Amino acid sequence: MKSKTSLRWMWHLPLLVFAVTMAMPLGLMVTTALGDAQMALRPGVSLWHVFIPNEWNWDNFAYVWKKVNFLRYYLNSLVVALFVTVGQVFTSACAAYAFARLRWPGRDRVFFAYLATMMVPNAVTLIPNFALMKEIPGWLTHLLPFVDWLDFRYLGTSAGAAPVGRLVGLDSYFALIVPNLFNAYGVFLLRQFLLGIPRELDEAARIDGATHWQIFSRVILPLSKPGLVTLAIFAFMGTWSNLLWPVIVTNLEALRTLPLGLMIFQQQSGAQWHYVMAGALLMLLPVIVIFIAGQRYFVSGIATGAVKG
Amino acid sequence: MKDDNRRDLRPALAFLLPNFLGFLLFTAGPVLVSLYLSFTSWDALTPPRWIGWDNFTGLLGFHSTAQGWMANDPDFWRYLGNTFFMLLALPLNIAGSLAFAVLLNQKIRGVTFYRLLFFLPSILYGVAIFSLWKYMYDANYGIFNSLLERVGLPPLAWLENAHLAKPALILMTLWLSVGGAGMIIYLAALQQVPEELHEAARIDGANRWQQFWAVTWPSLRPATFFIVTMGLITWLQAGFDMAYTMTDGGPYGSTTTLGFYVYLKAYKFFEMGYASAVAWLIFFITLILTLFNWWRARDGTT
Repeated sequence: MKSKTSLRWMWHLPLLVFAVTMAMPLGLMVTTALGDAQMALRPGVSLWHVFIPNEWNWDNFAYVWKKVNFLRYYLNSLVVALFVTVGQVFTSACAAYAFARLRWPGRDRVFFAYLATMMVPNAVTLIPNFALMKEIPGWLTHLLPFVDWLDFRYLGTSAGAAPVGRLVGLDSYFALIVPNLFNAYGVFLLRQFLLGIPRELDEAARIDGATHWQIFSRVILPLSKPGLVTLAIFAFMGTWSNLLWPVIVTNLEALRTLPLGLMIFQQQSGAQWHYVMAGALLMLLPVIVIFIAGQRYFVSGIATGAVKG
Repeated sequence: MKDDNRRDLRPALAFLLPNFLGFLLFTAGPVLVSLYLSFTSWDALTPPRWIGWDNFTGLLGFHSTAQGWMANDPDFWRYLGNTFFMLLALPLNIAGSLAFAVLLNQKIRGVTFYRLLFFLPSILYGVAIFSLWKYMYDANYGIFNSLLERVGLPPLAWLENAHLAKPALILMTLWLSVGGAGMIIYLAALQQVPEELHEAARIDGANRWQQFWAVTWPSLRPATFFIVTMGLITWLQAGFDMAYTMTDGGPYGSTTTLGFYVYLKAYKFFEMGYASAVAWLIFFITLILTLFNWWRARDGTT
């Protein structure tokens, strides 16, 4: 028995090996982002210098921020991700309330239909959604012929400048945001959280004469804060890293989100990896901040999905 | 009783409305439209033309030639093969996640630190990480070749070699996801395994290895089932992000998965009907494999 406890430290050996393996690529990313073009792993450069550069080159960040237009990509990504996050949390919370706390005929069948669509691959709905975005301006012109749906200036472009996007349709914030405001997964996740809140609470509020909106906003929402935060984190990170949808619905540089902007810069940079890594780090920064601030929500979110499954 | 059931119908409709509208418009509706499109020929400019089963026979059918039977779309079968090859990441991932979870389940100091570190890559998924690995695999500047050079081995063209590109991508996905959701789920499941079972096995004289296979692994079955199901759904449709940022589906189509094929057909060749048919085949393959997994899991427990 005694020998067993004294050998416990042995567990650290494999853990340390794995920890170094997992951390190495990230370390390389940081040091490359702070390095210079000469250092970027030329054959003959000492391996030591890969991880401890001679000098820290902070200018790389300024370069991608200004010269590569990362500022613009950042703003686009932030606008899209924030709208999508708020929208998804709101629509999902409302629907979850209807599914978890209210009684109405056909409730479980409708919920099952929601669940079933979670299995449908993204590729199936991709083309019809693209077509929808493409056709919307035409349809709206029939409804409101006096609005020019194809022309829209925003985010500090001066009058007379070339149009940098549209109000709706392809190449618009509308296309980047609106189709992503609704999400079956969010409904599923929040329904699980809401089912865990004791029934007596809303029954009591109901007897006191509270309306459904009051019960929802004053009783249920405050109690399901962990669920809301979890969904907000997942929605934000999913939108932040989404590449396929922006690739399909945007063409203009003014509408590029970070993943697309970074990808195009990477392909045009001609192996200037120190700039690419600086851009990549800038892109990951908010994700790392969210991870540090909200790590317990990640675990609870994963656990909620798994318990049901 | 019936009245009670209808009590909340009107508020329920109001609460459901925003999400349900979006659900109809952007999910349920598109599913039906996509089904229709898969039976049409459509270039996104002129109206779709109904062609019956032609897309599906074009994808799955064979025709006879002087050399014997030939697939109507040999690319489809290659990309299907690529997709299944990339699916190899799933069992590797499960083994790795479980190993990590077992290590993290030990009562030693610093476990929280290790858990956070292992989990970190999985949340960083995206173009930033793909750029990082493209850099690491770079033939001239990458760290892999620089390590090979230092031990006196010839450099490799990791992503430019049709035989190496898929394994290289699998290695990257392992790094990305081995400490992710699967590990967290296994860790939670491991903590639920009753200590008495281990105790009983120990008394029967089982060593640690035997205990693991006789006690731990069977009690993890629900967790494994969940991870396999989610993995199948994720991996059978995956491949666009990686192919688009790192390899462009090449070299020679060796990293084009069915997910990327949908994109290529729809937005490079503007064959939207054909692309829709591919998307539905992905769905059917997912469905069949998921049902098989479910049937097998049920078989095992009863």
